[in-house]
Amino acid sequence: MTEPTDPNTPRVGVDEWVASHEQRRSRRAGIFGVVQRQFERVPSPAFYLGFGIVAALVPVLTSNGYNIRVGFDTLLYMLLALGLNITVGYAGLLDLGYVAFYGFGAYGYAMLASPQFGIHWDTLAVIPLVVVATALLGLLVALPSRRLLGDYLAIVTLFFGQLFVTVYQNGEAMSVLGFTRKYNVTNGPNGIPNIDNFHAFGFHIGSLQAYYYVALVAFLAVLTAVYLVDRSRTGRAWKSLREDPLAAELMGIPVNRLKLIAFACGAGIAGLAGTMFAALNTAVFSADFDVPTLIIVYAMLILGGAGSIGGVIIGAVVVNVSLEVLRTPGHATWVFYVLIVATLVARMRPWRWLAAIVAGTAAFGFAVHAIVSAAWPRGVHGQPAVGGVLGSGLRHWVVLPANPLTIGNVAFVLLVLAVLGVTLLHGWVQKVALIPTLYLAAFVWENRLVVEPSITRLILVGVILIVLMNARPQGLLGTSRVEIV
Amino acid sequence: MNWNLFVTELVAGVSHGSVYALIALGYSMVYGILKLLNFAHGDIYMVGSFIGFGIITVFGGPTNLHVNVWLMLFLMFFCAMLGGGLLGVMIERFAYRRLRNAPRIAPLITALGVSFFLENAAQLVLGAQYQSYNAFSWTNSAIALEHFGLPAHAVISYAQVIVIVGAVVLMIFLTLFVQRTQLGKAMRATSFDREAAAMMGIDVDRVIVATFFIGSALAGAAGVFNGIAYQQVWPYMGFQAGLYAFIAAVVGGIGNLPGAVLGGLVIGLAQAFSIGYLSSTFSDAIVFAILIAVMIARPSGLLGRAAVQKV
Repeated sequence: MTEPTDPNTPRVGVDEWVASHEQRRSRRAGIFGVVQRQFERVPSPAFYLGFGIVAALVPVLTSNGYNIRVGFDTLLYMLLALGLNITVGYAGLLDLGYVAFYGFGAYGYAMLASPQFGIHWDTLAVIPLVVVATALLGLLVALPSRRLLGDYLAIVTLFFGQLFVTVYQNGEAMSVLGFTRKYNVTNGPNGIPNIDNFHAFGFHIGSLQAYYYVALVAFLAVLTAVYLVDRSRTGRAWKSLREDPLAAELMGIPVNRLKLIAFACGAGIAGLAGTMFAALNTAVFSADFDVPTLIIVYAMLILGGAGSIGGVIIGAVVVNVSLEVLRTPGHATWVFYVLIVATLVARMRPWRWLAAIVAGTAAFGFAVHAIVSAAWPRGVHGQPAVGGVLGSGLRHWVVLPANPLTIGNVAFVLLVLAVLGVTLLHGWVQKVALIPTLYLAAFVWENRLVVEPSITRLILVGVILIVLMNARPQGLLGTSRVEIV
Repeated sequence: MNWNLFVTELVAGVSHGSVYALIALGYSMVYGILKLLNFAHGDIYMVGSFIGFGIITVFGGPTNLHVNVWLMLFLMFFCAMLGGGLLGVMIERFAYRRLRNAPRIAPLITALGVSFFLENAAQLVLGAQYQSYNAFSWTNSAIALEHFGLPAHAVISYAQVIVIVGAVVLMIFLTLFVQRTQLGKAMRATSFDREAAAMMGIDVDRVIVATFFIGSALAGAAGVFNGIAYQQVWPYMGFQAGLYAFIAAVVGGIGNLPGAVLGGLVIGLAQAFSIGYLSSTFSDAIVFAILIAVMIARPSGLLGRAAVQKV
């Protein structure tokens, strides 16, 4: 049960508490508080400039193609999250068909610059055309639902996204209603191959580094534009719309027009990201623009904090880099254990409890391992995914059956139930229950999750959304919402 | 006019539509009370389908079943409805309860996360491939319709009869429950005005849990119906079905239970006829067109009453 609160302290959400919000923030003592206050004094454009410089140095510091490719993807995701930030973060419209606009941009570029129709237009002509067309498509999708509740918009856009995937997947034999002549518009599930590289004024952009810089320049340009819009009249109007549409309308803000503008802007940015995606990959497939991509972009936006530009940057970097790290089981295992210990250090007070839990989990693991190896020797025949010190330690700690499929699946379901159960407990019972839960987590990780990285990453993205929305809806960077009752 | 095709598509549409209607009922009930789009609802349907599949597999697989068929059917429905209902209650307790007074967008994104988590967890545990239900061979055999004065080659299978009859029975039970029992009355009151209901002494938490349980149990039953009629289950089946069911709920008027059934039938029939007469690619586009048309012409749905926003 929650501890009884002192009736004299201001309660969360009530006027007095709201009024003293700023004071409580500035009262934070200690070195952390000083650092934080100094940090807040730096204007945010300085941070963006710093980010731009660091990002520009990446291809100089590493010549590894894979690293630059990850950087390029991260930039694209940032661009996507920035566009989604306008629709969701500023205007508060839940757009679940967002990746369809990304796909429309990619296919748009592919159709105007590939042998599909024999059209090879200049990039400087294609990109503005595609961006404007995508923005218009966004306008068209938002139009029928502009009068309705946000939920209806969510469902219309979600279905629109599905429709997009279906149409593009089956677009190799389209006919205008009533006519028998079939046209191959999207080449169906085979996608459109052999897309041209970016080319303008006789220059061809071929190398990965060059694409990286193109993406960086595009991102910084969009970032600047979004930053300026954010501080303009339109930006303030969007935020008032998000906080209370009815009040905004009564203040004379043209609510409908602003919703449509927000939608079109988000769609246009997604279209721009799509053109770069198509040009670098030189092929587009409709499966790339399905729900998983949508959820990943949402996770980035939510992790950083919807409505904050810096949050978008951090969210995209954290999510994309960790999803990439998951591909290598050795690295992923390190990250997994470091993350667990870091979470314990951050959340567990006082220190003696932290020490007790870490020691208890270690002892519990060795005990279980000893029992299993005595009772069922085949239960410890597996190999951990990581080598080195950690690997040899794990071999004596975590139970690794020779054939972990079934038992790993059962353990996964048990783990989900155990984690949910732990959140219900309180006090010392919770801390004791944490020990077997942590061990179970390690068991599931070693036996099941690390073996299936492609599913694990999607599961983790889902977990990020649920946990963040419940624990810290404002994300990493956002300031907590001050509710006035 | 080709009557065979017409009757076949009609039957397929009604049986598909009944499954959509069952899912849409749960969607609509939850939306009526919490104003929450529970995207995870379609995945509860998927889990229910897999529970039914698991029961068949435990009892010797579809081909050499060693228990009575009716007992088997009862067990499948009982376990799927119980399992689906408990899953729904758990989702409410752990994912949505804390967000009840949060800004509207927070529970929506959580629901998206829950749905995504369930789909991929199912894929991890159960594998990504299609599993063949193939419940009982006799369910697929056709009933001759000639005796009823219908065209000679029009086909309806026992499975489709089970689905339609079963769905109607469940809907009748639901209607009786909502109209006649005290808890049903409390549900209607809560959906009408949550705060006022709480002030009148209704335990809103209990009503919400009951709503989630019943709605999710219906989705679990729909999963088994779908398995019997279409013989396939796989982890991602919930997303598409949930989306169609939600559109059915919106078309019928969200929060309105007869509307959900009507919407389910409309969507099922539209899908079946566009597959029969146009092409399967177009069925999505036609459903989308119906959705847009309803939203422009009657934003509160076919049977819904126009909402008046109070300040």
